[in-house]
Amino acid sequence: MKDEALLAQMDSIIARYPKSRSAIMPLLHLVQASEGFVTPEGVELVAKKLDLATAEVAAVATFYSQYKRRPVGDYHVGVCTNTLCAVMGGDAIFSGLKDHLGIGNDERTSDGKVSLEHIECNAACDYAPVVMVNWEFFDNQTVESAKELVDKLRSGNPPAPTRGPNTLPTWKENSAVLAGISDGRANEGVQAGPASLAGLEIAHERGEA
Amino acid sequence: MTSLKPVLSKHWNETDSFTIAGYQRNGGYEGMKKALALEPDAVIASVKDSGLRGRGGAGFPTGMKWSFIPQGDGKPHYLVVNADESEPGTCKDMPLLLANPHSLVEGMIIASYAIRANHAFVYIRGEVTHVIRRMQQAVADAYAAGYLGKNINGKGYDLDLIVHVGAGAYICGEETALLDSLEGFRGQPRLRPPFPAIAGLYACPTVVNNVESIASVPSIFTHGVEWFQSMGTEKSKGFTLYSLSGHVKRPGQYEAPLGITLRELLDMSGGIREGHTIKFWTPGGSSTPIFTSEHLDVPLDYEGVGAAGSMLGTKALQIFDETTCVVRAVLRWTEFYKHESCGKCTPCREGTWWLVQILKDLENGVGKAEDLDKLLDLCDNILGRSFCALGDGATSPITSSIHYFRDEYLAHLSAGKCPFDPVASTLFVGASA
Ligand SMILES: Cc1cc2nc3c(=O)[nH]c(=O)nc-3n(C[C@H](O)[C@H](O)[C@H](O)COP(=O)(O)O)c2cc1C
Ligand code: SF4
Ligand code: FES
Repeated sequence: MKDEALLAQMDSIIARYPKSRSAIMPLLHLVQASEGFVTPEGVELVAKKLDLATAEVAAVATFYSQYKRRPVGDYHVGVCTNTLCAVMGGDAIFSGLKDHLGIGNDERTSDGKVSLEHIECNAACDYAPVVMVNWEFFDNQTVESAKELVDKLRSGNPPAPTRGPNTLPTWKENSAVLAGISDGRANEGVQAGPASLAGLEIAHERGEA
Repeated sequence: MTSLKPVLSKHWNETDSFTIAGYQRNGGYEGMKKALALEPDAVIASVKDSGLRGRGGAGFPTGMKWSFIPQGDGKPHYLVVNADESEPGTCKDMPLLLANPHSLVEGMIIASYAIRANHAFVYIRGEVTHVIRRMQQAVADAYAAGYLGKNINGKGYDLDLIVHVGAGAYICGEETALLDSLEGFRGQPRLRPPFPAIAGLYACPTVVNNVESIASVPSIFTHGVEWFQSMGTEKSKGFTLYSLSGHVKRPGQYEAPLGITLRELLDMSGGIREGHTIKFWTPGGSSTPIFTSEHLDVPLDYEGVGAAGSMLGTKALQIFDETTCVVRAVLRWTEFYKHESCGKCTPCREGTWWLVQILKDLENGVGKAEDLDKLLDLCDNILGRSFCALGDGATSPITSSIHYFRDEYLAHLSAGKCPFDPVASTLFVGASA
């Protein structure tokens, strides 16, 4: 993983910050973009780039839940089971997907396509129950729609997110975006979903906007 | 009767609302031009006079926070915008950044100019890729337009804006943990004092503000201080985003003057889902004590909610109807706090673990009546004794739910199980039955 392009990207990320250590999080996202998860070699490389001990980098990597210590699927599925979503159907969706895929929390299907995780509130409660794939929004899910979604992910026909780009990027592709490497897709997708516009529409109906 | 007042959300129905062209078509960056024509201190004074208070939870006056930054100290100053939005129920900043990231960029330019910062950061939670794309693009377009970088708008002022992406940790929304995280450490809170205004990012004077607080700033300069003051209540001025979620007919974002009531919001949005009644709700996220049907007429401003025994918080109105088991809801929130506890202090790290154990037994109907007192006793030992407000927040749902719903806890014990059918509270109850 020491190809020239990657090292150059690392340098450009470090150059953004007044102090190099601040680049540790984007660099770890970049390791995931390259390797799929935070590998021991990735930790060493980040440590070398930032002139830190590997233990210091590992301490940071293990603190944050988005950094994975083993491979996830090409499509990492997160089901929100924080209270609001759980009550509205998130619990049923999560147990439905576990049965359907035959895997548990933090596990991956044997074909390596899909991994599953229950996640905390993803700031989309007005679209509950919420499912995230590679940290893109799939709003207003049901048990059936979520099963259909993972079937499509496994068969290589990933559907487009509800509020996101026109096609669904892979885990590695999106990890690069989190590292701050643009994929040029910001203009794709809706500007707002229906719930985001609920108040504005009512204000228009009432002559208040 | 309070009416809605879309300001930040006013143009979200235009398909290019997130682009610089769309933003400028509707008057975007005019506030920045007016503010940059003033002296920095005059900018701070205007924000102070407007009465704008922080929208991130605590309601601290924004202009006053800016005025705490020492001037002429020879150190770099920093603005850090908190876009971590992870408080359960809170879902306003992410749709705002998806639909209108330039309002934040413009607000950040004004705020940075006022506090004499040449570097500004926005710390966005990492689980929202498309929001991050939009923010990154907005920053790139603002650079290209000459609104960021060197000699902004020909005024001799320089500003670099850096989009920093988190990696999944609720505690990084706490402002000092956020600064540690941004410096490249594990996100754990710092001892205060010193406050960030004196020793924040890289030990330099730093302002930390919420997304919505900063995105509201340009409107003060385009429409004027009096305009802003004309909305809201005596001590809670202006407009704000209320986020309605849960068992309501029309969940979503409702922008209104501060002080609107939940009854008014429900009346205009169609109310609770058909055939059901409201049971309990949070006024400002899971860390704010819950309310019940008794509180529908509480003015949703800082003072009104406080006087009724809770906090306005993030204005995340999570609504639960009579099909919802309050013990199950509180257990799940408590599991969240246990999971997100950063482990730095004992009351929170150990306390949240015990809270979960006891609540689990209660929910499963195998606890004892004395467990309720044990819960309250534990909460008493966590509240005010934790190193940061995460620990305090963890106690809110527990103490408030025992206050309003003690009988429901006890009903679990007499039934020997949870007396509720979880299917009845789902959205698809009709479809799957
Ligand atoms: C556990 C915890 C999580 C928080 N999360 C957020 C958050 O996601 N966004 C936010 O703006 N403030 C959050 N806060 C509040 C911040 O510490 C801080 O008060 C706020 O960003 C200040 O901005 P304001 O004055 O504009 O409201 C959190 C506080 C705590 C204790
Ligand atoms: S209260 Fe909890 S989150 Fe805050 S410092 Fe203590 S352990 Fe960490
Ligand atoms: S509770 Fe699921 S997105 Fe907020």
